[in-house]
Amino acid sequence: MKMKQWLLSGFVAFTCCASTAATAGSIDNYSPVTAARLENPEPANWMLYRRTYDGQGYSPLDQINTSNVKDLTPVWTFATGVVEGHEAPPIVNNGVMFVATPMGQVIALNAKTGDEYWRYKRQLPDDLFQLHPTSRGVGLWEDKLYLATTDDHVVALDAKTGKVVWDTKVQEYKKGQYLTLMPLVVDGKVIVGGSGGELGVRGYVVAFDANSGKEIWRTYTIPGEGEPGHDTWKGDDWKTGGGSAWMTGTYDKDTKTIYWGTGNAAPWPGETHPGDNLYTTSVLALDPDNGKIKTYHQYHQNDSWDWDEVDAPMLVDLQRDGRTFKSLIHPGRDAIFWVLERKANAINYVAGWPFVSTDVWKGIEAETGKPIVDPAHKPVIGKRVEFCPSLWGGKDWPSAAYSQKTGLVYVPANENFCGGFTGEKVPLKPGELWLGTKPEDIGLKAKPGADHYGELQAWDPATGKKVWHHDFPKSQLFGSVTATAGDLVFAGGTNDRNFRAFDAKTGEVLWQQKTNSGIMGMPVSYEVDGTQYIAIQSGWGVDAQRIQDALATNNIGIESNVPQGGVVWVFAVKK
Amino acid sequence: MSDSTRRSLLVTALAAGVSLAAPRPAAAEDDQPGADERPKKGDLLVFSEGEHEGSLIKPGDLDLGGPPLHAWPKDPTSSVIRSGSRLNEILIVKLDPGELDDATRAHAADGIVAYSAICAHAGCPITAWVKGSEIDKDVLKCMCHNSEYDPRQGAEVVFGPAPRRLAALPLAIIDGSLTIAGSFIGKVGGAQPG
Repeated sequence: MKMKQWLLSGFVAFTCCASTAATAGSIDNYSPVTAARLENPEPANWMLYRRTYDGQGYSPLDQINTSNVKDLTPVWTFATGVVEGHEAPPIVNNGVMFVATPMGQVIALNAKTGDEYWRYKRQLPDDLFQLHPTSRGVGLWEDKLYLATTDDHVVALDAKTGKVVWDTKVQEYKKGQYLTLMPLVVDGKVIVGGSGGELGVRGYVVAFDANSGKEIWRTYTIPGEGEPGHDTWKGDDWKTGGGSAWMTGTYDKDTKTIYWGTGNAAPWPGETHPGDNLYTTSVLALDPDNGKIKTYHQYHQNDSWDWDEVDAPMLVDLQRDGRTFKSLIHPGRDAIFWVLERKANAINYVAGWPFVSTDVWKGIEAETGKPIVDPAHKPVIGKRVEFCPSLWGGKDWPSAAYSQKTGLVYVPANENFCGGFTGEKVPLKPGELWLGTKPEDIGLKAKPGADHYGELQAWDPATGKKVWHHDFPKSQLFGSVTATAGDLVFAGGTNDRNFRAFDAKTGEVLWQQKTNSGIMGMPVSYEVDGTQYIAIQSGWGVDAQRIQDALATNNIGIESNVPQGGVVWVFAVKK
Repeated sequence: MSDSTRRSLLVTALAAGVSLAAPRPAAAEDDQPGADERPKKGDLLVFSEGEHEGSLIKPGDLDLGGPPLHAWPKDPTSSVIRSGSRLNEILIVKLDPGELDDATRAHAADGIVAYSAICAHAGCPITAWVKGSEIDKDVLKCMCHNSEYDPRQGAEVVFGPAPRRLAALPLAIIDGSLTIAGSFIGKVGGAQPG
């Protein structure tokens, strides 16, 4: 609304907000991040959201392994000073760690000692409303790093000092447009996608020049008039149809193709936006040079359940049915474990099966891969409709991992949850929630007699077999999973505040540590001076807490109160 | 008709009626001097939504026991509605004066209390008037992250992550009009800790 207010907040951000309480001294010999280093990262580092462009979330380090993980011990901790959901992986580049936290903060630390180099605190506008107060990390390029903010800016910081290099407004926070993801950096382009699927946005992915902050391209996830796919919408629904793009894409460096997941159609009930609604709840294959859509696959049509499919698919060379092919693997929020084949100009359906119980799908069309919906469990206007799983799906945004050693996919799933709401036609008021139902009407129900909710699952994508699962009787599972070459799988995600290491082959819990808060962050592994470390942010909030509040009312014997406040934890094996 | 439905209908009417022709009246008001200034003593209150948007709220417009009305302050001298900042949106609810604690009653006018509509947690708009999660009374609830405030006890936090109560706005009834009797008490808007 007020341009002068904008200018003011921009000015403040530029001038005052990099504190340099440099207790660890200055960052000497910072290793510039290049295309070659991002394409083939050193095993010691974690410089991309899932460490590698293929999104596997796998570390080749094996000093910490099944035989010694019982001796894993905290080496240092660091309080972030803020509450809410700490979702970002600590990013590590040759001994320097960058931690993004809620409230637009980045902390640079010595990855070995935990001493602080510098801290950037963004001054968020007073009138900002944060539906998702979080950040999922900082992207790296050369001697800079990149933060996407909840007041809808992308900010470049000097990696050595934390000083702002450039600050680009992306869209207008007053209209409910915001950013929470870790930027994807490809060949000098900083690529982000917008949030706001509950506020009537039209989703997009946008690339900025890493050096100047100038916009290079912007691709809307909903085609405009005259573009292919536009005819999957009626009237003006496409202008506010959602398809937000709030998670980091994966990248095939060989074909130079970005795979980017897209969010729910808006508002929630499909009746309010008839049609297939391309490209919501899809994966888009994008050309990083110009943002052009090479091809796509829509996981489910006419989304009505808030089932964002924003978590980008993993790229895995998969052996299945007697052949090896370039796959995309995506355990969906829509409860279907998707195996697709990626080709130059097509993404083909290979296989799909429910990985948690669902009453929404009656099957999948073999030719097209389109799931067949049971209309009894598809929300409509004017009548309450129940469906399983809940709005948070079989797996929400927290990432699954793929181990190159076991060939298994590890999924942080939620079982035995159902949801429901009564759809209503509600006109959009810019900047306000626009769900197509009353927020107070949204339900999460535990199935009667359910013996567990959170379930860490190990699936063999080659056969579709569930190899093992670990059940959590009193908790959801809402945190990303990381696999290592030590045959370990690390995950938090539970309301008992524990961080756990599982045997990747059997699912046995080999180690656990109770932390300060619940963990909804992403575990990482890195190495400095010959020692392997595991790092995680513990800091509960956002949707993990929303589910907690809902669960507490289900009389399953848990309280809503999980303590908040972020801490970075770093572990190593006691020598 | 629920509060949100009333708001919805009005927005439809607005969008259909004015979006093609003149700039929206609200936008014009935003640019007027004082539109983004916080409410002041002597300001009147007008509906911020619904079929009566922009018209003065009178004590008789409120039903005892809620639901709350959403309001903007209005400068009675310049007639400027202070809708230039969402931090000015106010919730007004009429309660039994006997239910109010002493401090709350001191700021109330005939049981009518007013609070900032902006949640003290993450700055979301407070939209719901529902039974509390842990008390058996209707409370002001933010549906973003489930913070709940009891308007009878100075809008203290009774559930959820909000770190502090809502800012309160003292009211008086002067010549039959609901009038603001002082500035906000407490901080308006979400927290930025750290």
